[in-house]
Amino acid sequence: MSRKISMKQAINEALDLEMRRDPTVIVMGEDIVGGTGAQGEDDAWGGVLGVTKGLYAKHGDRLMDTPLSESAYIGAAIGAAACGLRPVAELMFLDFMGVCFDQIFNQAAKFRYMFGGKAETPVVIRGMVGAGFRAAAQHSQMLTPLFTHIPGLKVVCPSNAYDAKGLLIQSIRDNDPVIFCEHKNLYGLECEVPAESYAIPFGEANVLRDGDDVTIVSYGLTVHRAMEAATALAKDGTEAEVIDLRTLSPIDWDTIVESVERTGRLVVVDEAHPRCNLATDIAAFVGQNAFGALKAGIQMVTAPHTPVPFAPSLEDLYVPSADSIASAVRRTLSPKGASPRIAA
Amino acid sequence: MAQNPFPLGKDELLKAYRTMRTIREFEERLHVDFAKGDIPGFVHLYAGEEACATGIMMHLNDNDRIASTHRGHGHCIAKGVDVHAMMAEIYGRSTGACRGKGGSMHIADLSKGMMGANGILGAGAPLICGAALAAKVRGDRGVGITFVGDGASNQGTFLESLNLAAVWNLPVVFVVENNGYAESTAMEWAVSCDSYVDRATGFGMPGVTVDGTDFFAVYEAAGEIIRRARDGGGPALLECNMVRFYGHFEGDAQTYRAKGELEAIRASRDCLTILSERVIEAGVIGRDELQAIDREVNALIEDAVRAAKAAPLPVADDLLRDVYVSY
Ligand SMILES: Cc1ncc(C[n+]2csc(CCOP(=O)(O)OP(=O)(O)O)c2C)c(N)n1
Ligand SMILES: [Mg+2]
Repeated sequence: MSRKISMKQAINEALDLEMRRDPTVIVMGEDIVGGTGAQGEDDAWGGVLGVTKGLYAKHGDRLMDTPLSESAYIGAAIGAAACGLRPVAELMFLDFMGVCFDQIFNQAAKFRYMFGGKAETPVVIRGMVGAGFRAAAQHSQMLTPLFTHIPGLKVVCPSNAYDAKGLLIQSIRDNDPVIFCEHKNLYGLECEVPAESYAIPFGEANVLRDGDDVTIVSYGLTVHRAMEAATALAKDGTEAEVIDLRTLSPIDWDTIVESVERTGRLVVVDEAHPRCNLATDIAAFVGQNAFGALKAGIQMVTAPHTPVPFAPSLEDLYVPSADSIASAVRRTLSPKGASPRIAA
Repeated sequence: MAQNPFPLGKDELLKAYRTMRTIREFEERLHVDFAKGDIPGFVHLYAGEEACATGIMMHLNDNDRIASTHRGHGHCIAKGVDVHAMMAEIYGRSTGACRGKGGSMHIADLSKGMMGANGILGAGAPLICGAALAAKVRGDRGVGITFVGDGASNQGTFLESLNLAAVWNLPVVFVVENNGYAESTAMEWAVSCDSYVDRATGFGMPGVTVDGTDFFAVYEAAGEIIRRARDGGGPALLECNMVRFYGHFEGDAQTYRAKGELEAIRASRDCLTILSERVIEAGVIGRDELQAIDREVNALIEDAVRAAKAAPLPVADDLLRDVYVSY
């Protein structure tokens, strides 16, 4: 059975299903239940935006509120994972990773390799990413490139409810540490999602739209902007292929390269800052492995090299728009190929 | 006129009242305008907690530094940040204290010694150790005050800073603003020790707990430990027990509170009422004098909102400006 639910509900459902299936799955985070120790209602929050609401009623103490001590509880989730549990730890906004990054990149990410392949750390660290919420510089970042830089971490960033559910289930079952990035501006977006359990394998991009003229690669919120751009371009007779990466580590190089070999043109869209991000990574890979197929310079559309501004008038300029993506596509189609453009 | 039994003269008492009233009016206006949909983003109100910021800041000058929290409007106003610039910031206008780039959670005015509200819990504590270190190196008798909520007092950064400040004998005061909740989670549950005084003792510094809704209690306790820090006596911790009149942020339904709790704290623990009653009863200030201040404050906030709404928005060029220092 399938019905329309939001990405927020899909995440809730994935947690519920995995907790039912596997008693070693526990969920922890700040106010993920809410009202702990207070005299009012239990389960008062269900997370700051209500993603885990209702799970406490079903699973009781396997949902744990934490003190505001990310180093300690994220580290504890990692330690518990190394000792046989499958913790899902919520880090409300992934921007807060600054205070607990050591536990993630020096500990969780290293165990397997550093201990000679003898350790498994099946932890999921999930939290919000992305701009557009008027949440300002410390609650809006797309820090995915920080995570993809670290060997040993898997990095997931779904663009819709269906993918979120299947990818979160896969993340919980995966035996490596997974950073699960939830774009806060996609929480309310609904699509058809089966009620039953299913897992989406890592490293399989989703081709959302076929096209022979240009390949647009993205992930998360900007996938939707890319689709809007593709629809607009189709009116002028340009058919774009749109690839949603879904997982950033591992990444589906094959699908990207096969597409570019057919279209000869590539636009990569990344909500992260322009330096050393997914866009530069993919551009470099294609430049190295599919140079012969390229008919024009690769275009990258990213956020600018600035912190996320608070003022709505500026934040609206910050996130890559459908217009900027369509313009980038047109640059790849111009007779001279792409004219050089220096990222801000 | 009766003899003044308070540790401050009449002018200073009026100033304290004006500061507290300005914070209250500012926050209540935001509460109303947020509900109307006029204000973008996250807004955490300081209403109910005014006596704490005011009682402490009365001892500071522009050379003293403070590091604030996500609930920073009260700290800003008490430290002398311009109310018009604050309101414009919250509205995302180019006339804002941070030119619209920071928003409610990041208001700063370095010229006033206000090192910023902060979106990261506990982040102010190490920074204020740095501010105090700078004052110590310069020998200018400046002090640093960091504010931290009961919830954020469990951050590693905060606990490390207590130790660092003690080891380096820095002129720092750690103010724990204990309003009983971190978002929806009770302080009694989340903080393992019985009292913050015990924590301070464990880190080798004096700790004091006061009723943070009593302006005079805060004022006197803060005065002593700030003086001690200024004189080279080292850091101290001040816990202010207080109450939050609104939700964690605007939009919070607060179902975690006990029934009747909000009504009860508003009735018995309103720091503005407590201060007014005391100065009026003592015969030092007349009710009409306070009412006159209320009217002036009301007009000030009204004007700040009007000006903010009329102010220009930041424009495209501003997006790329000020990432680095330009030469
Ligand atoms: C490092 C970090 N973790 C979590 C948060 C999210 N958060 C913002 S305010 C808050 C509660 C803070 O409670 P407390 O310190 O008691 O301050 P209060 O809100 O009561 O003034 C939380 C969890 C954050 N901003 N930064
Ligand atoms: Mg609190």
